[in-house]
Order: sequence, then structure tokens, then C-alpha cells
Amino acid sequence: MWLRHLHALFTRHVRHFPTTSSDKREIACRTRSFCFALSGSTVTIYLPIAELSVNIFIILGMGAAVGFLSGMFGVGGGFLITPLLIFYNIPPVVAVATGANQVVASSVSGAITHFRRGTLDMKLGTVLLVGGLVGATVGVWIFSWLRRIGQLDLFISLLYVVLLTTIGVLMLQESLRAMRKAKLNQPLPLKRPGQHNWVHRLPLKMRFKKSKIYLSAIPVVTLGFLIGILTSIMGVGGGFIMVPAMIYLLRIPTNVVVGTSLFQIIFVTAYTTMVQAATNYSVDIVLAFILMVAGVIGAQYGVRVGQKLRGEQLRALLALLVLAVGIRLAVGLFIRPQDLYSVAVGGIGY
Amino acid sequence: MFSRLALLLSLLLLPVGNSVAQIPMGEASTGKEGLDIGVSTNEIAITSDFRGADLTVFGAMTNADDLLLAIGNYDIIVTLEGPRDYATVRKKERIFGVWVNTDSMIFEQVPESYSIASTRQLDDPTQLPPINTAGVGIEHLALNPIGYIRDVGELSDFREAYRRLKLAGGLYQKEASGVRFVSSSLFRASLRLPANVPDGVHIVRAYLFKSGTLITQREIPLRVVKTGLEQAITDTAHNQPFAYGLLCVLIALVTGWGASIVFRKD
Repeated sequence: MWLRHLHALFTRHVRHFPTTSSDKREIACRTRSFCFALSGSTVTIYLPIAELSVNIFIILGMGAAVGFLSGMFGVGGGFLITPLLIFYNIPPVVAVATGANQVVASSVSGAITHFRRGTLDMKLGTVLLVGGLVGATVGVWIFSWLRRIGQLDLFISLLYVVLLTTIGVLMLQESLRAMRKAKLNQPLPLKRPGQHNWVHRLPLKMRFKKSKIYLSAIPVVTLGFLIGILTSIMGVGGGFIMVPAMIYLLRIPTNVVVGTSLFQIIFVTAYTTMVQAATNYSVDIVLAFILMVAGVIGAQYGVRVGQKLRGEQLRALLALLVLAVGIRLAVGLFIRPQDLYSVAVGGIGY
Repeated sequence: MFSRLALLLSLLLLPVGNSVAQIPMGEASTGKEGLDIGVSTNEIAITSDFRGADLTVFGAMTNADDLLLAIGNYDIIVTLEGPRDYATVRKKERIFGVWVNTDSMIFEQVPESYSIASTRQLDDPTQLPPINTAGVGIEHLALNPIGYIRDVGELSDFREAYRRLKLAGGLYQKEASGVRFVSSSLFRASLRLPANVPDGVHIVRAYLFKSGTLITQREIPLRVVKTGLEQAITDTAHNQPFAYGLLCVLIALVTGWGASIVFRKD
């Protein structure tokens, strides 16, 4: 159920993008000349922070594919980019920090749109942000500690496996149910969230005018805090958890949820980028820039394809994709590695 | 008188005869062998399209003995040693079905990269004379662990794993016939720098062996530098991390904002 909301809300801000034929031609030309320029000169590109040479087309393809999916499904894409980079042998340390940087770019345009429309609660966003910044700080600290004791890669994989399989299963269930209902021509029941739950009995209440809600600051800060930790450890924006939590747990009106979460995501991912750059030196600006540009372009095509497909089918597809990535990571945890030993440069306190 | 003369002669000849007997045949006439080397470049630039590089080391042997040269008793080994740093080796074990890093060992100051080229197979016992490669080559790199080691057997496992992984990753390389004699005393060695070669000061070393014994060595530094944009990025990331982080964020903001303008529906 929440996924339908999520989908609808996310796509709303992306879907206002151009669809006229002249625009289409212009974009196609732009991408084509871009590709020619690249294929004419070189194929590999050296990533200065990851310290390895990669095939630029694979990185562009990754960025474009994830951008396409994020446009199509209306999701941020951070939770797909980071595992893909890890599959492509980018060190997880770099993949996570660079992923966070990439999410900044993909969230900005959406947040601008929501700000213009007035569907962004600054006060609520700021309270979320307070929790988020503290969470991101704690997260980076945990990240550095895990790296020092050599358990970072495992921990990132475990978190992704848990998160991706849970979300994948939930989405698949939900979309299959919706498809069955659509086949029987039943109207979809619009479950109205109840007015109050335990969250609303907590102290330290604040009034959020734009959201028209009177709510305790404790759950808001806590939610921001938890998402902040995920941002710095996993390199995701966390919208796919924050949006449903805001709707179903905090009972925040759905029209301000996406704008407000995007507002918070921009600042937390920007902050995480800064802290990762300062403590782990692990943000690869070249990699991030290629991903951003490809992602932004890919998103435009994704939106168009997304408009032609049915919502339930889209969500089922995304669910399968998310599950596949999760299972691939899980397999990596359980199969015996080719070599039980691994080498890292640096000693104590690197 | 005669006996005195004989004694005197024998006294005169004895030490000479002894010294002749001690020195291997053929060397008495020559001085000490020398070695000179030069490198095709003293700086290798890592550019954005860097895919590894080949380094050619030229060298000349001086005062070489023709006979020993003819029977191939001179051997040359050329190595390229990368900058040194600590290295952490970790070992995985299965815990509840999941492979987890459980054990680790830190080796002090080992070269991050190492390539070696030689005139012949180093670890082939059938070729004579055997080269006493103490201190030269991947097998002889000093791998000293830091801290307390419980189990000596474990130490050799970690050492072996380190060498194996470095070789597999291409950062350590060995080429048995990398050194070729161009003329009787001139030689040329080719070494390969992998695409992921660390930047910093590398050292080219050439060793001259006579009948399997190291007699002289030469070394020259080789700088591997990131150039242009790559260099600027790495420098900024490490020296001004705050400014670098800010730049990353700004680029992301501009890209996102730009996209919302470029693709805006008017």
C-alpha cells in the first residue's frame, strides 16, 4: 500500500519533465554527441580516489540505467548504485561515499520542484535534519570504526541484503495483490491512515503549520537520526524508508511527505559527503560526476517509459530487480570466497 | 747454497701459488666488475587513460670476464620496488554460514608494488649455478609482522597469502626472461607497471651476480606521479578535504539544479 503512495508521490515530481517531440530530439542529439566524443578519444578512465582505471561506458551505463529506473519508478536510486559499484570492484568505501554524493544531485531537482509548489514543510524538514545530521555523524564514526577492524565490507553487504530483500518482498506482495485486484476490476481500497497512535502521545510536541499537524519532536528526530546512519553507512538517501515511515508512523499528510524528505535528504547526503571526504578521503569526484550526468539523462527517458507502463507492473518489475540485487549480495556472503585471505594497504589507524 | 736458493724461491713462490689457487680461474687478470644502469624515463605519469606502462632499463657491465660471460655465469636481476607502506592481511572464516574476517596480521613497511626481471628462472634448481637471491625477489621480501604472533605456522600462511594475493592482483610481477643481453656487456630489462600502480617514488635496482653470488648493485629512483587533473584531485582530497567535500557537494547541486532547468517543461 505505502509503495503505491511512494510511487505516485515520487513520480509526481519527476513527471512534469518534458515530453514534447522537439525536446526529445534535442535530448537525443545531446546524448549522441556526448557518446561520440567519448568513443572517439578513450574508453578507460582513471578514478583518482578509487585509484583504478575503469571502462567509462560501464560507469555511464550504470548511471544511466539507475537513472532510468529512478525516473521510471520514482525512487532515488542510491540503493541500486552502491551495490552495482561494489559488483564492479569499486572499493565499498568509495562506493558508499560516492553514492551519497550522487544522491545529492538526484534529489535537488525534485526538491526544487516541491519548493516551488509549496509542498515542502521547512520546519518539519529542519527537525528531521537535526536528527539526520547527528545520525550521519554517528554513522561515519561507525563506518570508520568498521573499516579499521576490517568488517566494513561485510557490514555493508549485510545491511543491503536485509534491506533489499525486505523491501523487495514487500513490494512484490503489494504489486501482485494490486494486479490481482485490477484483473477482477475491483476498485482499489484507499485505506485512510488512522488519526492517532502511540507516537502521538509522546511529549515535546511541536506545531508544524504547513503540514497542519501537532506532533512530538522525538519520533521525528529519531527517524531522521536512523536515516542519517543509513546514509553514511550505505550511501543511500533513505527516501524509500522515510516516506512510508512519515506517512504511516507519523501520520504526516502525504502531499508534503516527498518534498520534505527530499529536503532532508539533500542536506544529510551533502553533509555525509563532506564528512566522508574529511575522514575517509573516499569521495571520488570523477566517478560521482559521471554517475550524476548519466543518471540525470537516464531519468528523463525513464519517466517517459514509466508513463506508458501500468503502475502495478512497474512496481512488480522494480521489486524483482531489488530482490535480484539483494540475492546476489546474499550469495556473495555465503559462498566460499576464492581466497580466504585479503590484503589492504595500511596498518593501524589507516 | 742451492738449498738456500730453493728455500728462498719457495718462500717467494708459496704465497703467490696459494693466492692463485684461492682465486677462481680467470679472475686474476681483471678488476672488480661494475654495473651501470639507465632508465628510459625517470618519471611515469598516471593520466586519465592510464592502462599501465612498460619501463625499459638499460645497463652495461664493466670489467666482465669474457670466459665467465661466455659460459653464462653472470646473471642480472632488475627490480622495481614501489613505495613502502604497512599492509594488513585478513583471513576469513565461516561464522553461521557467512564468511567473516576473523584474523588479521599487519606487516611493516612492505613495497606496495614489486616487479622483477631476471636473465633466467630464479627458482629453478636445475639451472646452475644457483643464484643466491637473499634479499632479492618476491620470495625474499622481508615480511615482518607487527605485534605478538601466537602461531609461527600461521605467520607463514599469512606471508604466503600476501605474496599470492599481490601476484594475483598484478601489483607484484615476475618475469623470468625479462633481462636480455643486447651485446656481450649491454643488457636491456623490461618491467611492466600495472594500471593500479601506486604513485610515489619507486626504486629501480639492478643486481649483478657472478656464479650465483651477488657482487654489485645499482639503484635509481623512478617517480610515478598522477598528472594534471588526477593529481589536483588527489592532492585536494588529501590536503584540503573540507574544500574538496564542498566542491563535490557543489558539483552535485549544480548538476541537479542544471538538470531541473535543462529538462524543465515550459
